[in-house]
Amino acid sequence: MVHPDYLLIVAGMALVTYVPRWLPLFFLAQQRLPRWFVEWLDLIPVAILSALIFPDLFVRGDPRQLVLLQPKSLAAVPTLLFALKTRSLGGTILVGMLLYWVTSKWWMG
Amino acid sequence: MSDEKRSVDQCQGVMRGTGFASFRDGIRSAFPICMAYFPLGMALGVLAQKAGLLPLEIGLMSVLVFAGSSQFVAVSMISGGAEPLSIVLTTFMINLRHVLMSSSLSVFLKGTSPAFLSLFAYGVTDESFAINIMRFRKGNWDRWNALAVNQCSNAAWVVSTIIGGYGGQFIPVGFMGIDYALSAMFISLLVLQIRGAIYVLTALLSGAVAIGVCLLIPGNGYVIIASLLGATAGFALLKAHQRKEARHGAP
Repeated sequence: MVHPDYLLIVAGMALVTYVPRWLPLFFLAQQRLPRWFVEWLDLIPVAILSALIFPDLFVRGDPRQLVLLQPKSLAAVPTLLFALKTRSLGGTILVGMLLYWVTSKWWMG
Repeated sequence: MSDEKRSVDQCQGVMRGTGFASFRDGIRSAFPICMAYFPLGMALGVLAQKAGLLPLEIGLMSVLVFAGSSQFVAVSMISGGAEPLSIVLTTFMINLRHVLMSSSLSVFLKGTSPAFLSLFAYGVTDESFAINIMRFRKGNWDRWNALAVNQCSNAAWVVSTIIGGYGGQFIPVGFMGIDYALSAMFISLLVLQIRGAIYVLTALLSGAVAIGVCLLIPGNGYVIIASLLGATAGFALLKAHQRKEARHGAP
């Protein structure tokens, strides 16, 4: 029923996705890591989150263009303030969605 | 007799401490991810259906691969008739960033069995990573909580892609700002990760580099490049600051 070529693609995708997820967990969790490396790893989460968020908010289109003002970035400012004030994950998501919804309606005119 | 009693106590301990209750806390924390995954997963299902894939086929991909953005790219490559090898290589490039996330999570999973780590690795995504690292740092979070977050997100992803494959086109696009759920979640998680000036600096550096690289290089290599550069620059600043403090603090 499922095409063999498709199975091959999915199996390959599964392998190349799993190995990078597995290797560091499997080897690093068994070892005593040097202090500097732990300190460096401590900064990785903020770095990753920012690297995901900033282009999402300020870059759009194909070819990609820097667009500083757009519904996504405009809604981000009050969303960020709300997150800072309340430190609530669920609340921020709901408020963010509402703000984005309103902003995009208003932006489209 | 006393051995038997002890083993019963242990069982109950497991039920209370690490088993069911942990899993329930994990499920609760995974809720935002599940909420955000549904529209995304359904959108993927719709695209897959248009690319000629059966709901079962896209479901299979979600189970085996479980990596959203690479699945979107793979589906569009399949519908464009790309070579299997190039689809696999592209997937590898897109998902390489998880190396950093797994490295970062490994600090909190010290001394865990190889079998657990191998199972846990399957569910490391941008979203589960962000939730789990925040929880681990706040404390009172164990590996079972974390695994529950991974597996709940996984279930939501698989189910939503299959539903999408059966006819998700009936859900209106942009309904109630649902397509902003992930952005808002990441903004909130970033805020929760900030524990001092060095984190703000690292975030700003990484974000600026990410925008620059994103504009210059196609694909999503910007995530890994900017994270490495941002964290390394932040680390160098931190060390320089500590050296300065030490010099001033010396008698």
